Amino acid sequence: MKGQVVAGVLAPHPPHLVYAENPPQNEPKSECGWEELRWGYERLRQQLSHIDYDVIIVHTPHWHTHTGHHILSVPKMKGLSVDPVFPNLFRYSYDLQVDVDLAKVLYEEFQASQLSSQLMTNKDFRVDYGTIISGHLVQPDWKKPIVSISANATYFDYSNDVGQDEMIRLGEATRRAVERSGKKAILLASCSLSHRHFTVEPPLPEDMSHEHVYNHNQYLWDMKVLKLMKEGKTQQLMSIMTDYIEQSVSETKAGSLTWLMGGLSFPTYPAQVHAYGSVIGTGNAVVSWMEAQS
Amino acid sequence: MIVKGLIVPGKPHPLLVSDKNEGWKKLNQAFDKARKEIEATQADVLLIYSTQWLSVIGHQIQADPEPRWNHVDQEWHQLGTIPYQFKMDSSYAEEYQSCAQKRGLHARTVSYQGFPIDTGTVVALKLLNPQNKLPACVVSCNMYADRAETLVLGKAARDALEKQNKKAVAVAVTSLSHRLFTKDIPYAEDRIYSQKDDEWNRKILELLSHGRLEDVSQLAREFSQQASGDQKMKALWWLASLMGQHNRYDGIVHEYQPIWGSGAAVVSLTPSSKKEFEREFDEEDVEFFGSAQSKDLATPQSSTSKAAISVANAPKPVGAYPHARRVGEMLYLSGIGPRNSKDNSIPGGPVRNEKGQAQNYDVAAQTRAVIENVKTILEGSGSSLEKVVDIQVFLVDMDRDFKNFNAVYAEYFKDIQATRTTVSISALPTPIAVEFKVMALA
Repeated sequence: MKGQVVAGVLAPHPPHLVYAENPPQNEPKSECGWEELRWGYERLRQQLSHIDYDVIIVHTPHWHTHTGHHILSVPKMKGLSVDPVFPNLFRYSYDLQVDVDLAKVLYEEFQASQLSSQLMTNKDFRVDYGTIISGHLVQPDWKKPIVSISANATYFDYSNDVGQDEMIRLGEATRRAVERSGKKAILLASCSLSHRHFTVEPPLPEDMSHEHVYNHNQYLWDMKVLKLMKEGKTQQLMSIMTDYIEQSVSETKAGSLTWLMGGLSFPTYPAQVHAYGSVIGTGNAVVSWMEAQS
Repeated sequence: MIVKGLIVPGKPHPLLVSDKNEGWKKLNQAFDKARKEIEATQADVLLIYSTQWLSVIGHQIQADPEPRWNHVDQEWHQLGTIPYQFKMDSSYAEEYQSCAQKRGLHARTVSYQGFPIDTGTVVALKLLNPQNKLPACVVSCNMYADRAETLVLGKAARDALEKQNKKAVAVAVTSLSHRLFTKDIPYAEDRIYSQKDDEWNRKILELLSHGRLEDVSQLAREFSQQASGDQKMKALWWLASLMGQHNRYDGIVHEYQPIWGSGAAVVSLTPSSKKEFEREFDEEDVEFFGSAQSKDLATPQSSTSKAAISVANAPKPVGAYPHARRVGEMLYLSGIGPRNSKDNSIPGGPVRNEKGQAQNYDVAAQTRAVIENVKTILEGSGSSLEKVVDIQVFLVDMDRDFKNFNAVYAEYFKDIQATRTTVSISALPTPIAVEFKVMALA
């Protein structure tokens, strides 16, 4: 049976959201915080609970690689994820399943598409915190297996256009791999939108009186991008992506959102924006694309 | 003082697969030469700045006394696992953080089990200090920091050495040119990515071989632009600043080789008394970062409304209040009990269990822990126990506990002679027997 990409989600990974939620897996405890985004994730989880899927494929900016695109390929991964930037907020014990069969199909398809790639098979590898945070926020019980793909930002170092092309090809190859695998997959882009952020932290991290988007220009760009998503104008979104990256220091430079658009074949149906909010100044949106429901 | 400076690469190849490439083998041997140089110095501490430990909220300083993990590199995971157990100088780390704050930098120490120490630091410590003969201190590379902030960070490290009267070897873990191959290559065919990168690498290595570290620091921006310098070559700004911003060193380039296209060199710089030419400075030197201009403005949050201080390795407050607040010359601490900052346990045991039943606790142990927590907060705020002016002590059972509390108190405060008031109260928010409220000079 032919597999299918059944949904795409933009699921940012600020550790603050997990910290504010106080799940049993996370050691630091908080009083509150970032409710709008957390409530958006609740709506997203509710929506995903109504669809049938086998696996979540994550593209994560916090697994940096230079030599091609790496794919997580160890069946069971258990460990402690400590955010190197916010260790005071995120020290999370994870225990997850990886769909190794799908990882291998992805690898084969990437190779066939002339995309440099490799499988990550070292059992001591620590899964990056972007994958863990987005994974937790989308499915806190970790019931469904995942496959993570690293972010190779080297192409963006040459130019944003080169990076864009590479990530569109990667997204399209991901889609073909899913179809070959016979599985139903959700594609998850784990990234923020605008990413200019404060360089100091308030004494109490969850003190929301300190929280706001870094500047108005950044906010305007984020709204422009979200409007295009809601109107189903993703080709137009791609055409402004390089400017957007430059103007708002967007985390989409890691390629995750472009990969997602390629994987979804540039949706012309409207995205559902579940929430938008700032975290330490960065712009974050929880967004889903489901053709069947739009 | 700094007795030696080193520049080393942080990629894992010389450590894990030096037998697969002649150049990586030579780098491994060069690390060994540098190790012997370190061992001949009688330094007290190894200071490391690694371009692979990226931070965004100011700078972070590793303060876990014995970090351990089975490390796997994000990129070169197929080369294998690197088990490590290091020895860190926590006391110096706290001092460094305090000195950084005084120079206007946002800095904090980190001490968490499982904190991801970066590959560059792991490689440097495994090859330069394999037996943990020296304790180390590692500081992060802020990805947004530019020259001014990084120079001040280097000067703060020097301040901390002077305060603790320690000798250090400073290690900048950095590649030179940093263009990497984006496709797999046979290990034996590694080379510097481009001729231009190679020429620039050789240019700055020539300067370093003559000990001209400050000249290289001045060239860092140009080098980065031309040869994709690793993190804008911030590590060299830090090293030059820490070592005194001059060119009077004996420089040795132990080795220069490619690692996956990047320029990798092991260089040692030893302070010398040789004559120096006039130096050219293309920018103003900088002593403080941001608005901090003197000790009075030492904290980056110089306005009253923002003078709250949170100390990473102190017990987390049980409400919406900071550990301390600085107003002018004074430091006001929130009430602090004996809780352990790592696991919230109460040394000496709680006064009651979860059912509310009274327990046989040890007030001496609790008092000692309170004073240690006070010390941590004071030092994290740039002050010290010796600067305490006034203490209010709260005991939940004066008749039972005063004598033992008083004995431990005297051990710490007999010579400090802070004023003190001790009162009995019915309860504290957590099941502890003693809490201090402290005022100190900042």
